[in-house]
Amino acid sequence: MGHARARPAILPDAIILVWLHLRSQGIAATPNTEILMERKIRVLVAKPGLDGHDRGAKVIASAFRDAGFEVIYTGLHQTPEMIVSAAVQEDVDVVALSVLSGAHMTLFPRVLELLREAGADHMLLTGGGIIPEEDIEALAGLGVGRLFGPGTTTTEAVAYIREWSERQPQDLVG
Amino acid sequence: MTRPEEPAGGVGPLDGALSALLDRFRSGQRMALARAISLVEGERPGFDAFLHAALVAGTRAARVGLTGPPGAGKSSLVAQVAAHYRRQDQDVGIVAVDPTSPFSGGALLGDRIRMNDLATDPGIFIRSMATRGSMGGLAAATREVMDLMDAFGLDRLIVETVGVGQTELEITGAADTVVVVLVPESGDSIQAMKAGLMEIADIFVVNKADRPGADRVAKEVTLALHLRAGEALRDVPAHHGVDLRRLAGGERGESGDDGGGPVVGEPMDQAVPEAPGWEIPVLKTVAQNGDGVPELIDAIASHKKYLDESGELEGRRRRRAGARVVDVVERELGRRVWGAAGASAILEDGVERIRRGEATPYSVASQVVDNLIRHGL
Repeated sequence: MGHARARPAILPDAIILVWLHLRSQGIAATPNTEILMERKIRVLVAKPGLDGHDRGAKVIASAFRDAGFEVIYTGLHQTPEMIVSAAVQEDVDVVALSVLSGAHMTLFPRVLELLREAGADHMLLTGGGIIPEEDIEALAGLGVGRLFGPGTTTTEAVAYIREWSERQPQDLVG
Repeated sequence: MTRPEEPAGGVGPLDGALSALLDRFRSGQRMALARAISLVEGERPGFDAFLHAALVAGTRAARVGLTGPPGAGKSSLVAQVAAHYRRQDQDVGIVAVDPTSPFSGGALLGDRIRMNDLATDPGIFIRSMATRGSMGGLAAATREVMDLMDAFGLDRLIVETVGVGQTELEITGAADTVVVVLVPESGDSIQAMKAGLMEIADIFVVNKADRPGADRVAKEVTLALHLRAGEALRDVPAHHGVDLRRLAGGERGESGDDGGGPVVGEPMDQAVPEAPGWEIPVLKTVAQNGDGVPELIDAIASHKKYLDESGELEGRRRRRAGARVVDVVERELGRRVWGAAGASAILEDGVERIRRGEATPYSVASQVVDNLIRHGL
């Protein structure tokens, strides 16, 4: 904030310079369409179930925001129905659940099922929490994405979502 | 009715994927509305043709906007108002806008936290939008997103602005009725707010009215409104059907003659911007428990009635349509300017010459525009 307030006049030049830099790397074609309208990754961060420990969810939500994602945070005590309803309305790319209660083998499959019913099976379902290795494998078999355990850095989670997003067709509208 | 395939002016036809999306949109699939919103919000290829096809049947939903400082309880109040409309069996669309970080480009959109009671209601559609660099309290595509919700068949639309204080004036272009939400702690800032928020309110709400100071703030707002409107003249136009503002200063403005206009014209123009017959109510609510919400609903309905009967709604919508066309033209021109052959080279070269002190942003800009004209529009 301090920088922007000190020298507001720097902004247009900065945009042009950033654009020139990206353009030199072949990323941007024109300033207004590519830089300013770059496709945002939208992520729903939700905390299903009854446990009230939302520190992890808040940390990851902030990290996603700082990575340039648009994060929809729904708060505590979400049912799978609430999560999927929000995911559909917000047209997110990624649904990230934080599950510390041990109910992951119920919650993840249920959310996955509801996403499919809602025609939202193009979304990535991922998350984190205290989840044993064999459960992670079983959930992966159902179509759940990577699940992150304790000790994961936020950088890892951000990189995973970025890489997943880059593999998706960018003009997807249907 | 115009067929979607039919190009209108410069708007191209829909391709296969968009055409399929439009079909699903028209058949009422919520996922299709959500995807259409993303299409329009991201200005992805074909978004303008899609908007045209979706909106060609016209729009009809009543639109209410809530604005006010951060922490005023806008989201909770939106949830209460929406729940009220749901009890009348109306379908409600909500657009909640939060700021994009200018540094990371990311955003944390948390308004749904206050709307959890509505989360699984099939008659509610909530969309969070990040401002993505747009100023004025709304995102660039907020109005378009509301149009889509309207065309989708939702009966009521509620938009909640970013709570940053003084710059949410764009809401007047998106809503028929603007509700400004304050809290008891807002007292000291009312003087400052006169310059911005005071002018755009159709209804004032002092939320969290169970806290000390609510009455005082309500009184201060009422007083400020009376001072602003000029007590003596305020109700005259409504009673006699004579618009004093026009008599006093309106014609003068149009003729460009600044000389001998009556002194009274100036303050009246600002005091009563577009609703000489509407007395702005100051209400008290407690969004947490719903106190005062029925009165707010009534006030919104009365304002809508006033807008309809006075012809003001028609006027507002015409101005809004005009402003929208200007917006779209400007965006399209921008796209063409930068899409024209050589434009990027001129910019790149221009930046370098500015750095060396051989050019100014103005001379380079003029070159960029000339370039577009040379290559033909």
